[in-house]
Amino acid sequence: MVVRRACFKDQDERLDMTTKKETDRAPVARTGAKLRILAGISVLVAGVLLAAKLCMGAPPNPSQIPNIFKPESTPADSIFHLSLLVLTVTGLIFLVVFCLLAYSIVKYRRRAGDDGCEPPQVYGSNQVELAWTVIPVLIVLVLFLATARVIHSIQDAREPAGAVQVTVIGHQFWWEFRYPRLGVVTANELHVPVSDRSHPSPTFLTLISADTDHSFWVPRLAGKTDLIPNRVNHMWIDPHETGIYLGQCAQYCGVEHAKMLIRVYVDSQEQFDRWVQEQKMPAATSPTVEAGRTVFESTGCVNCHSVTGTVGNGRFGPDLTHLMSRDTIASGAAPNTAENLRKWIQDPNSIKPSSLMPAMQLDEKDLNALVAYLETLR
Amino acid sequence: MATDTIAITAAADVSRPISERLHDWVVTVDHKKLGILYIAYALVFLVIGGIEATIMRIQLIVPNNHFVSPEVFNRMFTMHGTTMIFFVTMPILFGFGTYLIPLMIGARDMAFPRLNALSFWLTAFGGLLLYFSFIGGNGLYGAGNAPDVGWWAYAPLTSRAFSLGHSSDFWTLALLISGIGSIGTAVNFIATILCMRSPGMTLGKMPLLAWINLIMAGMVLFCISPLTAAQIMLSIDRYLGGHFFDTQAGGSAVLWMHFFWIFGHPEVYILVLPAFAFVSEIIPVFSRKPIFGYPIMVAATLCIGFIGFSVWAHHMFTVGMSSYANSFFTVTTMIIAVPTGIKIFNWIGTMWGGKIQFKAPMLFCIGFLFQFLIAGLTGIMLGASPFDWQLGNSYFVVAHFHYVIVGGILFALFGAFYYWIPKMTGRMYSETLAKWHFWIFLIGFHLTFDFMHIPGLLGMPRRIYTYEPGRGWEIWNLIVSIGVIFQIAGVLAFVANLFWTFLKGEPAGNDPWDAWTLEWSTTSPPPEYNFAAIPVVQSRRPLWDLKHPEDPDWKYE
Repeated sequence: MVVRRACFKDQDERLDMTTKKETDRAPVARTGAKLRILAGISVLVAGVLLAAKLCMGAPPNPSQIPNIFKPESTPADSIFHLSLLVLTVTGLIFLVVFCLLAYSIVKYRRRAGDDGCEPPQVYGSNQVELAWTVIPVLIVLVLFLATARVIHSIQDAREPAGAVQVTVIGHQFWWEFRYPRLGVVTANELHVPVSDRSHPSPTFLTLISADTDHSFWVPRLAGKTDLIPNRVNHMWIDPHETGIYLGQCAQYCGVEHAKMLIRVYVDSQEQFDRWVQEQKMPAATSPTVEAGRTVFESTGCVNCHSVTGTVGNGRFGPDLTHLMSRDTIASGAAPNTAENLRKWIQDPNSIKPSSLMPAMQLDEKDLNALVAYLETLR
Repeated sequence: MATDTIAITAAADVSRPISERLHDWVVTVDHKKLGILYIAYALVFLVIGGIEATIMRIQLIVPNNHFVSPEVFNRMFTMHGTTMIFFVTMPILFGFGTYLIPLMIGARDMAFPRLNALSFWLTAFGGLLLYFSFIGGNGLYGAGNAPDVGWWAYAPLTSRAFSLGHSSDFWTLALLISGIGSIGTAVNFIATILCMRSPGMTLGKMPLLAWINLIMAGMVLFCISPLTAAQIMLSIDRYLGGHFFDTQAGGSAVLWMHFFWIFGHPEVYILVLPAFAFVSEIIPVFSRKPIFGYPIMVAATLCIGFIGFSVWAHHMFTVGMSSYANSFFTVTTMIIAVPTGIKIFNWIGTMWGGKIQFKAPMLFCIGFLFQFLIAGLTGIMLGASPFDWQLGNSYFVVAHFHYVIVGGILFALFGAFYYWIPKMTGRMYSETLAKWHFWIFLIGFHLTFDFMHIPGLLGMPRRIYTYEPGRGWEIWNLIVSIGVIFQIAGVLAFVANLFWTFLKGEPAGNDPWDAWTLEWSTTSPPPEYNFAAIPVVQSRRPLWDLKHPEDPDWKYE
């Protein structure tokens, strides 16, 4: 260690003038001023937080919060446990370095009544440098090994024979879900069976895109995986609790990226089987809504939407065969009610501006008939 | 004597007509004028980028807000990101480098003064071209405006099918042109630092600022090239029927990501290294000690320079790479934290045992140290790839990189402003106003960017123009937006201080900080030729040697 322990009085007093003024004031007054500033800042921050709290209404329903720290599926759970380790390690590093920094700032500040001498000039120390190189390397090694294990356990997991398979197709700005083994097609609301921890029945997702990049992210079930055109990606989930899990597109995909929401319905095995049976049924036909069906078949609807048993077999928009089995429309942008359906058909911009659904500009009679028809598609 | 010189130059300046003085600035090849031009130009764009950010924060203050349309919001975040990276941070750092490097190594100008001017004007016109898109982006189709593809401009959003009109072309060409300017600056930095040092200043005796800028310039050469190549390929796709990134014709979207991030991540280090350089100059002076572990600091910077090129795909953990690739980029990302950590420890080592003076430059550097520490630690979290599958592309990432760029780089920059403005203008800034600036901006920064981490943890993705109520995100977004008010107030205090310095500042003298590097040995502002006689250097702190002839540094180094 190269250290010079000597006091150097500055030869050129003029040079030191500017730095000296500060230290002339009484030390007590300066500490008091600092305390007042600190107190002022704390009051201010507390005030902002309180005001923000007051502005908010009722607290949100916790189950609706897509919190990454409330995992309900193995991939999300492994990530959660890894994150606890990473947070602990980084938290400890923060604490140590923060204390070192704070200590050196407080301890080695220029004090009132300083003699104007330069402090001992220290150039460095190889031992110390070695220590703060080797210790971080060891920490990195531990973190990396723990991380590599989780990467392997999630990415290289084998698909069991009985797993549910779903092909997820990202569209601007909605989700298409196809169950190739079950012959079911739906949109925006993914139904999967709950997975018992002792007898897992996971769901494996194959992710592809019809247009731009998207990303499938339901934080409580798994990390996100992108859907990229000309590329096939995979992920899997095995939810442990029934319920609705929220998520949304996490890769900027165009103008309505914000309203490309995902709802995952985790059903009990019986509920899921019943849902599959219902989805496999052909579309409902009813003579009372024949007029609406004619409107559907004779306007632009059929270019983009499918309803089994009709001429509509478009795939640009969601399959409407069982439209009314879904709770929301416009990829989660609005509840699926008759009123919202009317708005969505006549003026989609009022629900989701610049979505690719065109305003259909039907007259009142046709609109009523069409909505009445859509409402029978259970 | 110093004040006399200023008075004379000022008087001579005032007597000339304004058109002539402006003409001087336009045709100048003087590194000091070009440095100030870079900085002034970047400050204008800083205000524009800040306005764009403010528009976004107003939109997100409550759920389902209708302050701006989704189209406008998407343009705002695209322009905000592109502006802040390419037309604020890079030019402002290049400006400080251009101004300081010749002065600190005892040279009279850069190695290639005309190239220096060309680089600046290319960058400047690149920025103007980008903003011309607000007028010209409509093109023949009337479908565009400013670019709205995000500052990564991921394929295939930039293909003709998804990006009508010319908005993406303005983005492409603006970056292409300013990139050529950046390469010119990098060549100039390298040539200047390697060839123009004053007698006696070996590589081992250069100020750290010169070392770090040398490494930064080397990185610029290697990382701007893939970006430039990608821009050309994209233009070929859009106008000559190429299929590099056109997924509808079999192109690869992932290829664009690789091209972009092999530029994009080294770019982060290109931005943060000059901030390290400022801190490495300011902390020693205000601690009254030499930098702790100079050779280790150089080695750590070199490590960052090399490893920085092997971490890019940590921006792509969610695109479905193999588990081996994910593991590789995890380990490189974590390893790069080691040299960065070493730097933080060395800065603490520099303060340890010193006599720290809390002037504005030092305050900002201390803010930098705390905030950069946190930014580094959240970086490690994001480097653990499974954790990134949750945090990536969420508001957590947005908070993380603003912690780096605002909490780290901008704080260091404000420190650099207050430290060197007496040299640049010959006048002292207002310390009181500077302290107001520091505290108000600090509060604003923490209100905004501390609380911005939380909605990310609660599943809020970035780049959304609005969000649903009831997901627990409202309160955090409100606080984040409130913080912006304080940040604006802080920046106003800074701008006021700039004007105060120019109009009312006390004469600063040659060496107001009792500092040790060569720029403080000449007058403030320095004459066009910098040094009347080229200084001869014997140690890393030539002015220490002058001030303490009985105990010079060169006996110990």
